[in-house]
Amino acid sequence: MLLTHIGRYMLMLKGMFTRPENWRMYWKEFMRQCVDIGIGSLSIVLIISVFIGGVSTIQTAYQLVSPIIPKSTIGQVVRDTMILEFCPTITSIVLAGVVGSKIASELGNMRVSEQIDALEIMGINTKSYLILPKILAALLVVPMLVVISGFVGIWSGKIAGVVSGILSAQQYMQGLVLEFKPFNIVFALAKSYTFAFIISSIPAYFGYHVQGGALEIGQASTKAVVISCILILLADYGLAALLLKNG
Amino acid sequence: MIELKNVCKRFGDKEILKGISAIMEAGKANLIIGASGSGKTVLMKCMVGLLEVDAGEILYDGISFSSMSNAERKHIRKEIGMLFQGAALFDSMTVEQNVMFPLEMFSNLSYRERKKRVDACLARVNLQDAHKKYPAEISGGMKKRVGIARAIVLNPKYLFCDEPNSGLDPQTSMLIDKLIHEITVEYNITTVINTHDMNSVMEIGDHIVYLYEGKKQWEGSNKDIIFSKDEKLNQFIFASQFLQDAKEMRQQELLNQRSGTG
Repeated sequence: MLLTHIGRYMLMLKGMFTRPENWRMYWKEFMRQCVDIGIGSLSIVLIISVFIGGVSTIQTAYQLVSPIIPKSTIGQVVRDTMILEFCPTITSIVLAGVVGSKIASELGNMRVSEQIDALEIMGINTKSYLILPKILAALLVVPMLVVISGFVGIWSGKIAGVVSGILSAQQYMQGLVLEFKPFNIVFALAKSYTFAFIISSIPAYFGYHVQGGALEIGQASTKAVVISCILILLADYGLAALLLKNG
Repeated sequence: MIELKNVCKRFGDKEILKGISAIMEAGKANLIIGASGSGKTVLMKCMVGLLEVDAGEILYDGISFSSMSNAERKHIRKEIGMLFQGAALFDSMTVEQNVMFPLEMFSNLSYRERKKRVDACLARVNLQDAHKKYPAEISGGMKKRVGIARAIVLNPKYLFCDEPNSGLDPQTSMLIDKLIHEITVEYNITTVINTHDMNSVMEIGDHIVYLYEGKKQWEGSNKDIIFSKDEKLNQFIFASQFLQDAKEMRQQELLNQRSGTG
Protein backbone atom coordinates (compact mmCIF):
# COMPACT_ATOMS: atom_id res chain seq x y z
CA MET A 1 0.00 0.00 0.00
CA LEU A 2 2.72 2.45 1.03
CA LEU A 3 4.86 1.40 -1.94
CA THR A 4 1.88 1.93 -4.27
CA HIS A 5 1.46 5.47 -2.95
CA ILE A 6 5.19 6.17 -3.29
CA GLY A 7 5.18 4.80 -6.83
CA ARG A 8 2.16 6.86 -7.89
CA TYR A 9 3.65 9.95 -6.24
CA MET A 10 6.91 9.48 -8.17
CA LEU A 11 5.01 8.95 -11.42
CA MET A 12 3.03 12.12 -10.74
CA LEU A 13 6.25 14.10 -10.25
CA LYS A 14 7.78 12.58 -13.40
CA GLY A 15 4.61 13.36 -15.38
CA MET A 16 4.89 17.08 -14.58
CA PHE A 17 7.95 17.59 -16.72
CA THR A 18 6.74 17.99 -20.28
CA ARG A 19 6.87 20.92 -22.64
CA PRO A 20 4.04 23.36 -21.76
CA GLU A 21 1.31 23.71 -24.37
CA ASN A 22 1.40 27.49 -23.91
CA TRP A 23 4.06 29.22 -21.76
CA ARG A 24 1.92 32.32 -21.20
CA MET A 25 -0.93 30.28 -19.69
CA TYR A 26 1.48 28.38 -17.43
CA TRP A 27 3.03 31.67 -16.29
CA LYS A 28 -0.45 33.04 -15.57
CA GLU A 29 -1.28 29.94 -13.49
CA PHE A 30 2.07 30.20 -11.67
CA MET A 31 1.41 33.84 -10.75
CA ARG A 32 -2.12 32.96 -9.59
CA GLN A 33 -0.68 30.30 -7.31
CA CYS A 34 1.98 32.71 -5.97
CA VAL A 35 -0.80 35.14 -5.00
CA ASP A 36 -2.97 32.35 -3.54
CA ILE A 37 -0.21 30.80 -1.46
CA GLY A 38 1.73 33.97 -0.61
CA ILE A 39 -0.81 36.73 -0.11
CA GLY A 40 -3.45 34.25 1.03
CA SER A 41 -1.27 33.01 3.89
CA LEU A 42 0.49 36.24 4.83
CA SER A 43 -1.93 37.33 7.56
CA ILE A 44 -1.87 34.01 9.44
CA VAL A 45 1.95 33.87 9.19
CA LEU A 46 2.20 37.41 10.62
CA ILE A 47 -0.15 36.64 13.52
CA ILE A 48 1.73 33.45 14.43
CA SER A 49 5.12 35.13 14.17
CA VAL A 50 4.13 38.04 16.43
CA PHE A 51 2.97 35.71 19.19
CA ILE A 52 5.80 33.17 18.85
CA GLY A 53 8.38 35.97 19.09
CA GLY A 54 6.72 37.52 22.14
CA VAL A 55 6.26 34.20 23.94
CA SER A 56 9.87 33.17 23.17
CA THR A 57 11.23 36.31 24.85
CA ILE A 58 9.06 35.94 27.95
CA GLN A 59 9.75 32.21 28.38
CA THR A 60 13.49 32.58 27.80
CA ALA A 61 13.61 35.33 30.43
CA TYR A 62 11.63 33.10 32.81
CA GLN A 63 14.20 30.32 32.49
CA LEU A 64 17.34 32.51 32.66
CA VAL A 65 17.26 33.09 36.41
CA SER A 66 21.04 33.31 37.06
CA PRO A 67 22.26 36.87 37.70
CA ILE A 68 25.58 36.10 35.98
CA ILE A 69 23.91 35.59 32.62
CA PRO A 70 23.57 38.96 30.87
CA LYS A 71 20.07 40.04 29.77
CA SER A 72 21.29 40.39 26.19
CA THR A 73 21.46 36.58 26.05
CA ILE A 74 17.66 36.62 25.77
CA GLY A 75 17.93 38.40 22.43
CA GLN A 76 20.52 35.89 21.25
CA VAL A 77 18.42 32.88 22.27
CA VAL A 78 15.24 34.30 20.73
CA ARG A 79 17.09 35.06 17.49
CA ASP A 80 18.53 31.56 17.13
CA THR A 81 15.31 29.81 18.20
CA MET A 82 13.30 31.81 15.71
CA ILE A 83 15.74 31.36 12.82
CA LEU A 84 16.65 27.72 13.43
CA GLU A 85 13.31 26.24 14.40
CA PHE A 86 10.22 28.30 15.01
CA CYS A 87 10.00 30.31 11.79
CA PRO A 88 10.67 27.55 9.26
CA THR A 89 8.98 24.68 11.09
CA ILE A 90 5.95 26.23 12.77
CA THR A 91 5.23 28.46 9.79
CA SER A 92 5.41 25.42 7.50
CA ILE A 93 3.18 23.31 9.74
CA VAL A 94 0.58 26.07 9.72
CA LEU A 95 0.97 26.43 5.95
CA ALA A 96 0.49 22.65 5.58
CA GLY A 97 -2.94 23.22 7.10
CA VAL A 98 -3.82 26.40 5.21
CA VAL A 99 -2.22 25.79 1.81
CA GLY A 100 -2.18 21.98 1.89
CA SER A 101 -5.89 21.58 2.50
CA LYS A 102 -6.65 24.20 -0.14
CA ILE A 103 -4.53 22.45 -2.78
CA ALA A 104 -5.96 19.01 -1.95
CA SER A 105 -9.58 20.17 -1.96
CA GLU A 106 -9.16 22.30 -5.11
CA LEU A 107 -7.66 19.42 -7.10
CA GLY A 108 -10.05 16.91 -5.53
CA ASN A 109 -13.02 19.02 -6.55
CA MET A 110 -11.62 19.38 -10.07
CA ARG A 111 -11.20 15.61 -10.29
CA VAL A 112 -14.68 14.77 -8.98
CA SER A 113 -16.44 17.36 -11.16
CA GLU A 114 -14.56 16.10 -14.27
CA GLN A 115 -12.71 19.40 -14.76
CA ILE A 116 -9.40 17.47 -14.92
CA ASP A 117 -10.89 15.14 -17.54
CA ALA A 118 -12.05 18.19 -19.51
CA LEU A 119 -8.47 19.54 -19.53
CA GLU A 120 -7.05 16.12 -20.51
CA ILE A 121 -9.45 15.88 -23.46
CA MET A 122 -8.36 19.32 -24.63
CA GLY A 123 -4.85 17.83 -24.86
CA ILE A 124 -3.43 19.54 -21.78
CA ASN A 125 -1.01 17.68 -19.49
CA THR A 126 -2.90 18.24 -16.25
CA LYS A 127 -0.04 17.18 -14.00
CA SER A 128 2.10 19.80 -15.63
CA TYR A 129 -0.55 22.53 -15.82
CA LEU A 130 -2.20 22.05 -12.43
CA ILE A 131 0.51 20.66 -10.12
CA LEU A 132 3.84 22.07 -11.33
CA PRO A 133 2.83 25.76 -10.92
CA LYS A 134 1.65 25.01 -7.36
CA ILE A 135 4.97 23.39 -6.40
CA LEU A 136 7.05 26.12 -8.08
CA ALA A 137 4.95 28.85 -6.46
CA ALA A 138 5.36 27.23 -3.04
CA LEU A 139 9.13 26.94 -3.58
CA LEU A 140 9.27 30.66 -4.34
CA VAL A 141 6.81 31.99 -1.79
CA VAL A 142 7.21 29.79 1.32
CA PRO A 143 10.88 30.77 1.91
CA MET A 144 9.78 34.43 1.55
CA LEU A 145 7.10 33.88 4.17
CA VAL A 146 9.66 32.22 6.45
CA VAL A 147 12.01 35.21 6.09
CA ILE A 148 9.15 37.63 6.84
CA SER A 149 8.17 35.46 9.80
CA GLY A 150 11.74 35.62 11.12
CA PHE A 151 11.88 39.42 10.96
CA VAL A 152 8.44 39.84 12.52
CA GLY A 153 9.07 37.23 15.23
CA ILE A 154 12.39 38.73 16.31
CA TRP A 155 10.92 42.25 16.23
CA SER A 156 7.88 41.24 18.27
CA GLY A 157 10.21 39.50 20.76
CA LYS A 158 11.87 42.84 21.30
CA ILE A 159 8.56 44.63 21.77
CA ALA A 160 7.35 41.97 24.25
CA GLY A 161 10.61 42.18 26.21
CA VAL A 162 10.56 45.97 26.41
CA VAL A 163 6.82 46.30 27.15
CA SER A 164 6.95 43.73 29.96
CA GLY A 165 10.13 45.32 31.42
CA ILE A 166 12.29 42.20 31.02
CA LEU A 167 15.09 44.01 29.17
CA SER A 168 15.79 47.22 27.31
CA ALA A 169 15.71 47.58 23.54
CA GLN A 170 19.47 48.18 23.60
CA GLN A 171 20.14 44.94 25.51
CA TYR A 172 17.95 42.99 23.08
CA MET A 173 19.78 44.47 20.08
CA GLN A 174 23.14 43.61 21.65
CA GLY A 175 21.97 40.01 21.98
CA LEU A 176 20.83 39.90 18.38
CA VAL A 177 24.32 40.58 17.00
CA LEU A 178 26.11 38.36 19.54
CA GLU A 179 27.87 35.36 17.95
CA PHE A 180 25.66 35.46 14.89
CA LYS A 181 26.27 32.55 12.47
CA PRO A 182 25.20 33.31 8.87
CA PHE A 183 24.98 29.54 8.28
CA ASN A 184 21.84 29.54 10.43
CA ILE A 185 20.08 31.52 7.69
CA VAL A 186 21.22 28.99 5.07
CA PHE A 187 19.92 26.20 7.31
CA ALA A 188 16.55 27.92 7.76
CA LEU A 189 16.24 28.44 4.01
CA ALA A 190 17.19 24.81 3.30
CA LYS A 191 14.43 23.75 5.66
CA SER A 192 11.90 26.10 4.15
CA TYR A 193 12.59 24.86 0.58
CA THR A 194 12.22 21.25 1.73
CA PHE A 195 9.02 22.00 3.63
CA ALA A 196 7.64 24.03 0.69
CA PHE A 197 8.05 21.00 -1.55
CA ILE A 198 6.31 18.79 0.99
CA ILE A 199 3.35 21.09 1.64
CA SER A 200 2.64 21.52 -2.06
CA SER A 201 3.40 18.11 -3.59
CA ILE A 202 1.82 15.83 -0.95
CA PRO A 203 -1.60 17.58 -0.96
CA ALA A 204 -1.43 17.78 -4.77
CA TYR A 205 -0.92 14.00 -4.87
CA PHE A 206 -3.90 13.30 -2.59
CA GLY A 207 -6.16 15.82 -4.33
CA TYR A 208 -5.24 14.72 -7.86
CA HIS A 209 -5.99 11.07 -7.13
CA VAL A 210 -9.33 11.51 -5.33
CA GLN A 211 -12.03 9.05 -6.36
CA GLY A 212 -15.63 9.45 -5.25
CA GLY A 213 -17.44 12.56 -4.06
CA ALA A 214 -17.50 15.31 -1.45
CA LEU A 215 -16.77 12.95 1.43
CA GLU A 216 -13.62 11.63 -0.27
CA ILE A 217 -12.44 15.19 -0.98
CA GLY A 218 -12.65 15.95 2.76
CA GLN A 219 -10.84 12.73 3.63
CA ALA A 220 -8.10 13.43 1.07
CA SER A 221 -7.68 16.94 2.43
CA THR A 222 -7.32 15.70 6.04
CA LYS A 223 -4.93 12.92 4.99
CA ALA A 224 -2.85 15.41 3.00
CA VAL A 225 -2.47 17.76 5.99
CA VAL A 226 -1.65 14.98 8.47
CA ILE A 227 0.93 13.33 6.21
CA SER A 228 2.48 16.69 5.28
CA CYS A 229 2.88 17.55 8.98
CA ILE A 230 4.50 14.19 9.76
CA LEU A 231 6.87 14.52 6.79
CA ILE A 232 7.76 18.09 7.82
CA LEU A 233 8.74 16.87 11.30
CA LEU A 234 10.72 13.93 9.86
CA ALA A 235 12.49 16.24 7.41
CA ASP A 236 13.11 18.72 10.24
CA TYR A 237 14.90 16.05 12.25
CA GLY A 238 16.76 14.73 9.20
CA LEU A 239 18.03 18.15 8.16
CA ALA A 240 19.06 19.05 11.71
CA ALA A 241 20.94 15.76 12.09
CA LEU A 242 22.56 16.21 8.69
CA LEU A 243 23.46 19.89 8.68
CA LEU A 244 23.94 20.78 12.36
CA LYS A 245 25.91 17.76 13.60
CA ASN A 246 29.21 19.66 13.45
CA GLY A 247 27.76 22.73 15.02
CA MET B 1 -16.02 9.52 -38.96
CA ILE B 2 -15.03 7.39 -35.99
CA GLU B 3 -14.72 3.65 -36.39
CA LEU B 4 -14.72 1.17 -33.51
CA LYS B 5 -13.23 -2.23 -34.30
CA ASN B 6 -13.82 -5.02 -31.82
CA VAL B 7 -13.24 -2.77 -28.77
CA CYS B 8 -12.76 -4.65 -25.48
CA LYS B 9 -12.23 -3.26 -22.00
CA ARG B 10 -12.07 -4.97 -18.63
CA PHE B 11 -11.55 -3.81 -15.05
CA GLY B 12 -9.99 -6.67 -13.09
CA ASP B 13 -12.12 -9.75 -13.66
CA LYS B 14 -15.09 -7.80 -14.97
CA GLU B 15 -15.40 -7.50 -18.72
CA ILE B 16 -17.15 -4.19 -19.45
CA LEU B 17 -16.92 -3.94 -23.25
CA LYS B 18 -17.11 -7.17 -25.22
CA GLY B 19 -15.88 -6.60 -28.74
CA ILE B 20 -17.87 -3.58 -29.87
CA SER B 21 -17.69 -2.58 -33.52
CA ALA B 22 -19.56 0.42 -34.88
CA ILE B 23 -19.18 3.45 -37.10
CA MET B 24 -19.97 6.97 -35.88
CA GLU B 25 -20.85 8.95 -38.95
CA ALA B 26 -19.86 12.56 -39.75
CA GLY B 27 -22.60 15.20 -39.76
CA LYS B 28 -24.90 12.95 -37.77
CA ALA B 29 -25.93 12.64 -34.14
CA ASN B 30 -24.69 9.16 -33.18
CA LEU B 31 -26.39 8.00 -30.00
CA ILE B 32 -25.09 5.33 -27.66
CA ILE B 33 -27.95 4.06 -25.55
CA GLY B 34 -28.26 1.35 -22.93
CA ALA B 35 -29.17 0.67 -19.34
CA SER B 36 -26.97 1.84 -16.46
CA GLY B 37 -23.88 -0.35 -16.29
CA SER B 38 -24.09 -1.39 -19.94
CA GLY B 39 -20.73 0.24 -20.70
CA LYS B 40 -21.79 3.50 -22.42
CA THR B 41 -19.56 5.80 -20.36
CA VAL B 42 -16.61 3.41 -20.49
CA LEU B 43 -16.96 3.22 -24.28
CA MET B 44 -17.02 7.00 -24.56
CA LYS B 45 -14.01 7.35 -22.24
CA CYS B 46 -12.15 4.83 -24.42
CA MET B 47 -13.08 6.82 -27.52
CA VAL B 48 -11.67 10.08 -26.16
CA GLY B 49 -8.60 8.42 -24.64
CA LEU B 50 -9.41 8.84 -20.95
CA LEU B 51 -9.28 5.03 -20.74
CA GLU B 52 -7.12 2.66 -22.79
CA VAL B 53 -8.74 -0.19 -24.68
CA ASP B 54 -7.51 -3.71 -23.85
CA ALA B 55 -8.12 -4.99 -27.36
CA GLY B 56 -9.49 -3.67 -30.63
CA GLU B 57 -8.98 -0.35 -32.32
CA ILE B 58 -10.50 3.13 -32.50
CA LEU B 59 -9.95 5.00 -35.74
CA TYR B 60 -10.49 8.74 -36.31
CA ASP B 61 -10.95 9.25 -40.05
CA GLY B 62 -8.93 6.10 -40.69
CA ILE B 63 -6.11 6.97 -38.27
CA SER B 64 -5.69 4.59 -35.35
CA PHE B 65 -6.16 6.60 -32.13
CA SER B 66 -5.69 3.66 -29.75
CA SER B 67 -2.17 2.86 -30.95
CA MET B 68 -0.96 6.49 -30.75
CA SER B 69 1.33 7.87 -28.03
CA ASN B 70 0.07 10.69 -25.81
CA ALA B 71 2.10 13.23 -27.78
CA GLU B 72 0.59 12.04 -31.09
CA ARG B 73 -2.91 12.07 -29.61
CA LYS B 74 -2.59 15.78 -28.78
CA HIS B 75 -3.21 16.66 -32.45
CA ILE B 76 -6.47 14.68 -32.54
CA ARG B 77 -7.51 15.92 -29.11
CA LYS B 78 -7.42 19.50 -30.37
CA GLU B 79 -10.16 18.45 -32.79
CA ILE B 80 -12.30 16.96 -30.02
CA GLY B 81 -14.89 18.87 -28.02
CA MET B 82 -16.65 17.30 -25.10
CA LEU B 83 -19.72 18.15 -23.09
CA PHE B 84 -19.65 16.45 -19.69
CA GLN B 85 -22.59 15.25 -17.65
CA GLY B 86 -22.08 18.02 -15.07
CA ALA B 87 -20.71 20.42 -17.74
CA ALA B 88 -17.27 20.40 -15.97
CA LEU B 89 -16.91 24.17 -16.14
CA PHE B 90 -13.91 25.67 -14.35
CA ASP B 91 -15.29 27.06 -11.07
CA SER B 92 -12.73 29.83 -10.72
CA MET B 93 -13.47 31.28 -14.18
CA THR B 94 -16.40 33.26 -15.51
CA VAL B 95 -18.54 31.95 -18.37
CA GLU B 96 -16.54 34.03 -20.84
CA GLN B 97 -13.19 32.85 -19.44
CA ASN B 98 -14.37 29.23 -19.56
CA VAL B 99 -15.21 29.49 -23.25
CA MET B 100 -12.06 31.49 -24.00
CA PHE B 101 -9.76 29.02 -22.22
CA PRO B 102 -9.17 26.59 -25.16
CA LEU B 103 -8.53 29.57 -27.46
CA GLU B 104 -5.99 31.05 -25.04
CA MET B 105 -4.25 27.70 -24.68
CA PHE B 106 -4.15 26.62 -28.31
CA SER B 107 -4.53 29.61 -30.62
CA ASN B 108 -2.43 32.64 -31.46
CA LEU B 109 -5.44 34.93 -31.85
CA SER B 110 -5.37 38.42 -30.38
CA TYR B 111 -7.64 39.23 -27.43
CA ARG B 112 -10.08 41.03 -29.73
CA GLU B 113 -10.31 38.04 -32.09
CA ARG B 114 -10.73 35.62 -29.18
CA LYS B 115 -13.46 37.79 -27.69
CA LYS B 116 -15.27 37.90 -31.03
CA ARG B 117 -15.15 34.12 -31.32
CA VAL B 118 -16.35 33.64 -27.72
CA ASP B 119 -19.23 36.08 -28.27
CA ALA B 120 -20.21 34.20 -31.44
CA CYS B 121 -20.16 30.82 -29.66
CA LEU B 122 -22.16 32.11 -26.70
CA ALA B 123 -24.66 33.71 -29.07
CA ARG B 124 -24.91 30.38 -30.95
CA VAL B 125 -26.03 28.67 -27.75
CA ASN B 126 -28.36 31.57 -26.92
CA LEU B 127 -26.36 32.91 -23.99
CA GLN B 128 -25.76 36.59 -24.54
CA ASP B 129 -26.08 37.95 -21.02
CA ALA B 130 -24.04 35.57 -18.89
CA HIS B 131 -20.46 36.48 -19.89
CA LYS B 132 -19.39 37.74 -16.48
CA LYS B 133 -21.23 35.18 -14.37
CA TYR B 134 -19.50 32.31 -12.56
CA PRO B 135 -20.69 28.69 -13.00
CA ALA B 136 -22.14 28.73 -9.47
CA GLU B 137 -24.42 31.63 -10.49
CA ILE B 138 -26.10 29.97 -13.49
CA SER B 139 -28.68 27.19 -13.90
CA GLY B 140 -28.02 23.59 -14.99
CA GLY B 141 -29.32 24.23 -18.51
CA MET B 142 -27.14 27.32 -18.87
CA LYS B 143 -24.11 25.35 -17.66
CA LYS B 144 -24.76 22.78 -20.38
CA ARG B 145 -24.99 25.53 -22.97
CA VAL B 146 -21.71 27.06 -21.77
CA GLY B 147 -20.23 23.52 -21.95
CA ILE B 148 -21.38 23.26 -25.57
CA ALA B 149 -19.97 26.71 -26.39
CA ARG B 150 -16.61 25.70 -24.86
CA ALA B 151 -16.67 22.41 -26.77
CA ILE B 152 -17.23 24.07 -30.16
CA VAL B 153 -15.02 27.16 -29.72
CA LEU B 154 -12.06 25.53 -31.51
CA ASN B 155 -14.26 24.28 -34.38
CA PRO B 156 -13.91 20.59 -33.50
CA LYS B 157 -14.41 17.76 -35.97
CA TYR B 158 -15.72 15.47 -33.22
CA LEU B 159 -18.14 16.31 -30.44
CA PHE B 160 -18.80 13.99 -27.50
CA CYS B 161 -21.71 14.55 -25.13
CA ASP B 162 -22.03 12.47 -21.99
CA GLU B 163 -25.68 12.42 -20.92
CA PRO B 164 -26.40 16.00 -22.01
CA ASN B 165 -29.96 15.87 -20.61
CA SER B 166 -29.26 14.57 -17.14
CA GLY B 167 -30.70 16.78 -14.42
CA LEU B 168 -32.65 18.97 -16.87
CA ASP B 169 -36.39 19.49 -17.22
CA PRO B 170 -38.01 18.07 -20.41
CA GLN B 171 -38.28 21.45 -22.11
CA THR B 172 -34.64 22.40 -21.50
CA SER B 173 -33.61 18.86 -22.51
CA MET B 174 -35.30 19.33 -25.85
CA LEU B 175 -33.60 22.69 -26.35
CA ILE B 176 -30.19 21.16 -25.62
CA ASP B 177 -30.90 18.23 -27.99
CA LYS B 178 -32.00 20.59 -30.72
CA LEU B 179 -28.92 22.73 -30.22
CA ILE B 180 -26.56 19.76 -30.40
CA HIS B 181 -28.27 18.47 -33.54
CA GLU B 182 -28.20 21.86 -35.25
CA ILE B 183 -24.52 22.33 -34.45
CA THR B 184 -23.75 18.80 -35.71
CA VAL B 185 -25.38 19.45 -39.07
CA GLU B 186 -24.19 23.08 -39.35
CA TYR B 187 -20.50 22.29 -38.79
CA ASN B 188 -20.61 18.71 -40.18
CA ILE B 189 -19.30 17.36 -36.86
CA THR B 190 -19.14 13.69 -35.90
CA THR B 191 -21.22 13.84 -32.74
CA VAL B 192 -21.40 10.99 -30.25
CA ILE B 193 -24.01 11.21 -27.49
CA ASN B 194 -24.45 8.95 -24.47
CA THR B 195 -28.04 9.10 -23.33
CA HIS B 196 -30.88 7.48 -21.45
CA ASP B 197 -33.37 10.02 -22.66
CA MET B 198 -36.02 8.55 -24.99
CA ASN B 199 -36.98 11.99 -26.29
CA SER B 200 -33.41 12.41 -27.53
CA VAL B 201 -33.49 8.98 -29.15
CA MET B 202 -36.67 9.75 -31.07
CA GLU B 203 -35.86 13.40 -31.89
CA ILE B 204 -32.19 13.45 -32.85
CA GLY B 205 -31.11 9.81 -33.17
CA ASP B 206 -29.74 9.82 -36.73
CA HIS B 207 -27.72 6.75 -35.85
CA ILE B 208 -28.25 4.70 -32.70
CA VAL B 209 -26.11 2.01 -31.09
CA TYR B 210 -27.79 0.06 -28.32
CA LEU B 211 -25.48 -1.60 -25.78
CA TYR B 212 -26.61 -4.51 -23.66
CA GLU B 213 -24.26 -5.87 -20.99
CA GLY B 214 -21.17 -4.61 -22.81
CA LYS B 215 -22.17 -5.88 -26.27
CA LYS B 216 -23.68 -4.11 -29.24
CA GLN B 217 -27.23 -5.44 -29.29
CA TRP B 218 -28.77 -3.30 -32.02
CA GLU B 219 -27.84 -0.54 -34.47
CA GLY B 220 -30.06 1.65 -36.63
CA SER B 221 -31.83 5.02 -36.85
CA ASN B 222 -34.73 6.55 -34.90
CA LYS B 223 -37.05 5.47 -37.73
CA ASP B 224 -35.85 1.85 -37.64
CA ILE B 225 -36.27 1.68 -33.88
CA ILE B 226 -40.07 1.92 -34.20
CA PHE B 227 -40.17 -1.26 -36.26
CA SER B 228 -37.44 -3.12 -34.42
CA LYS B 229 -38.27 -6.67 -33.38
CA ASP B 230 -35.37 -6.84 -30.92
CA GLU B 231 -36.92 -7.83 -27.62
CA LYS B 232 -34.24 -6.37 -25.36
CA LEU B 233 -34.27 -3.07 -27.22
CA ASN B 234 -38.05 -2.85 -27.05
CA GLN B 235 -38.03 -3.62 -23.34
CA PHE B 236 -35.48 -0.86 -22.80
CA ILE B 237 -36.97 1.82 -25.04
CA PHE B 238 -40.69 1.22 -24.67
CA ALA B 239 -40.65 0.26 -21.01
CA SER B 240 -44.04 1.74 -20.03
CA GLN B 241 -47.53 1.16 -21.46
CA PHE B 242 -47.65 4.84 -22.38
CA LEU B 243 -44.53 4.48 -24.53
CA GLN B 244 -45.87 1.23 -26.04
CA ASP B 245 -49.02 3.05 -27.12
CA ALA B 246 -46.97 5.95 -28.46
CA LYS B 247 -44.86 3.48 -30.43
CA GLU B 248 -47.92 1.85 -32.00
CA MET B 249 -49.35 5.24 -32.94
CA ARG B 250 -46.05 6.29 -34.49
CA GLN B 251 -45.81 2.98 -36.36
CA GLN B 252 -49.26 3.56 -37.79
CA GLU B 253 -48.36 7.13 -38.77
CA LEU B 254 -45.24 6.00 -40.60
CA LEU B 255 -47.09 3.17 -42.35
CA ASN B 256 -49.82 5.60 -43.46
CA GLN B 257 -47.15 8.00 -44.73
CA ARG B 258 -45.47 5.19 -46.68
CA SER B 259 -48.70 3.93 -48.22
CA GLY B 260 -49.67 7.55 -49.02
CA THR B 261 -46.40 8.27 -50.82
CA GLY B 262 -46.31 4.78 -52.42
